[in-house]
Amino acid sequence: MKQIVTLLCLAFFVSVPMWLTDPYLLNALITTGIFIIGAMSLNLLLGFTGQLSLGHIAFFGIGAYVSALTSLGFDVPIHGDFHIVHVPWPPIVGFFLAIVISGFCGYLVGRLSFSVRGAYFVIVTISFAEVVRLVALNWVELTQGPLALTNIPSITIGLPGLGYLVLKTKFHNYYLVLAVAAISYFLISRLVHSHYGRAMRGLMENETLAVAVGINVTKTLTLAAVISAGIAGAAGSLYAHYIRIIDPDVFAFISTVTMVIMVVSGGKGSLAGPVVGGVIFGLLPVFLRPIMPPEAQWITYGVVLIVILFVMPRGIVPSLAAKLGLARAGGTRRASIAVSERTVEEHA
Amino acid sequence: MDQLLQHVVNMLVLGGTYALLGIGLTLIFGIMNVVNFTHGILYTFGAYMMFIVVHQLGLNFFLALPVAIVAGWLLGAAIEITLLRPLRGADIDTTMLVMIGAWIAMQSGALWIWGGVAKSIDNPFPDAPLVIGPVSVSWLRLFVLFAAALLIVLAYSLINLTKLGKAMRATFQDSDTAALMGVNVSLIYTSTFAIGSSLAAAAGALLGPVYVVFPQMGDLAAVKAFAIVILGGLGNITGAVIGGFILALAEELGAGYVSSGYRDAMGFLIIIMVLIFKPTGLFARAERVG
Repeated sequence: MKQIVTLLCLAFFVSVPMWLTDPYLLNALITTGIFIIGAMSLNLLLGFTGQLSLGHIAFFGIGAYVSALTSLGFDVPIHGDFHIVHVPWPPIVGFFLAIVISGFCGYLVGRLSFSVRGAYFVIVTISFAEVVRLVALNWVELTQGPLALTNIPSITIGLPGLGYLVLKTKFHNYYLVLAVAAISYFLISRLVHSHYGRAMRGLMENETLAVAVGINVTKTLTLAAVISAGIAGAAGSLYAHYIRIIDPDVFAFISTVTMVIMVVSGGKGSLAGPVVGGVIFGLLPVFLRPIMPPEAQWITYGVVLIVILFVMPRGIVPSLAAKLGLARAGGTRRASIAVSERTVEEHA
Repeated sequence: MDQLLQHVVNMLVLGGTYALLGIGLTLIFGIMNVVNFTHGILYTFGAYMMFIVVHQLGLNFFLALPVAIVAGWLLGAAIEITLLRPLRGADIDTTMLVMIGAWIAMQSGALWIWGGVAKSIDNPFPDAPLVIGPVSVSWLRLFVLFAAALLIVLAYSLINLTKLGKAMRATFQDSDTAALMGVNVSLIYTSTFAIGSSLAAAAGALLGPVYVVFPQMGDLAAVKAFAIVILGGLGNITGAVIGGFILALAEELGAGYVSSGYRDAMGFLIIIMVLIFKPTGLFARAERVG
């Protein structure tokens, strides 16, 4: 049943460019899709391990810069006459490098920041993202600072026997983003249904208990952080090669907030949540734009977030699923864990 | 050496207002366990109140400061009653996200009402700075330092000498026991949020005339306040004051001797370092953190 719904949704998304001709809407869908990939990666941390990372945009931005710099090349003086020179590589290499380097950053940040929890974890992650933004702003030799990296080439795919396909048009980019989104969705779905996924949820529900039954906390959380950061890096790379110009504003805190809103409104800990929340909040500006000025759009954005948290604190997908009785099995399992947790607390 | 002395003087001026921001946030964060993202917007609000009173109402500069503090108190109380009171008992992530929503909505509101152009506030002090030996400091900054010091002393006395302060400290230590002893915990939460907000507004009102006023000015202030709270330890007033001065010193030295572009990175680096090596803060009692 669930798989049929997923496949139907995928078929719908595949069909969109066939009947949607408005380039403005298609552009909105592509950028929304890129942010949905980011939101899915954030959901892996927030929804399945319970760690709210508000620095997630750092991995997105690192992916964007790595990919852009790989395909543009650079010449950076390090000390005196010593330069690091890099000649441009094909953008597709940049895409994979973005995943690897973002994932590695996720590993480093995870190792450092998982020693603290709750509000402190949130603040460490925000700080990390801001430091990266300030480096991108001030290391002008490498990043051009506020002048931005421009003329980033589009991703090119070599097809055996058919030459090269340059993914330059919106039509091409839509399918590229959709493909990466589908792969990420599949990957995250496999991960959370695996042994590691159960360990992650065990940690989220009751860390003390999880440790007591032998779950390696640091290893599990770091694995989630690495995969999450890698996917965010892939999204950043797609963004860089689609928009073709990036400046330190890709690290803006508001972009992390956008991803968090997508995850929380859709339903954290639900695979479809970030997709549903992402479509709603990604396309909301498109519908609000004709009827109100930008400031009022943002006010609406904030108010909608508050209203969703008040009315549906668990998010749209879990609330709907509970109403339709689809998540009966998942619901009872969660309830029993919650009960056991409460008993543990009472005995403690 | 002269340069260092100048940095120390600048540090004192900046540190006073940072301490105000930090005290406000450490009270809210420590007592209510709310990661308050509206703290920065209250700072912005205080600065705009100053602008409105001085330029649009044409009233006295020194009258504007108390007006900004009272306005910040009222706005803080309103936020607490409408947004946080219904969410008592909700987990920290939920209240944090609600605060983020409020922050986005209010900042956009400020942008809508007052526009994005930075405004400067006139002050009645002479333009020529006070020069003592190798060090010079403007009269306005000197006023900011003394006003901040006065407000720190007031806040300190409020928390340590009054009955309300005693109830606040009791709620911080154990809200259940405090409630059993007859403390109206809900009222304490509202007062705490209102007092913390008024201190943020005061910091904004004091630094507004020194720099310029614009809707996003509070974003960095909020993160700096978090750095100060982490440095000083959760709920620790003295720690927040010392933390404010340490952050100001780090920024001054970072801007003076490393690169002015990295001035604002100092707060974040402090946060990362403290949380990695001494997560309880430099002056905190270890058992309350977690």
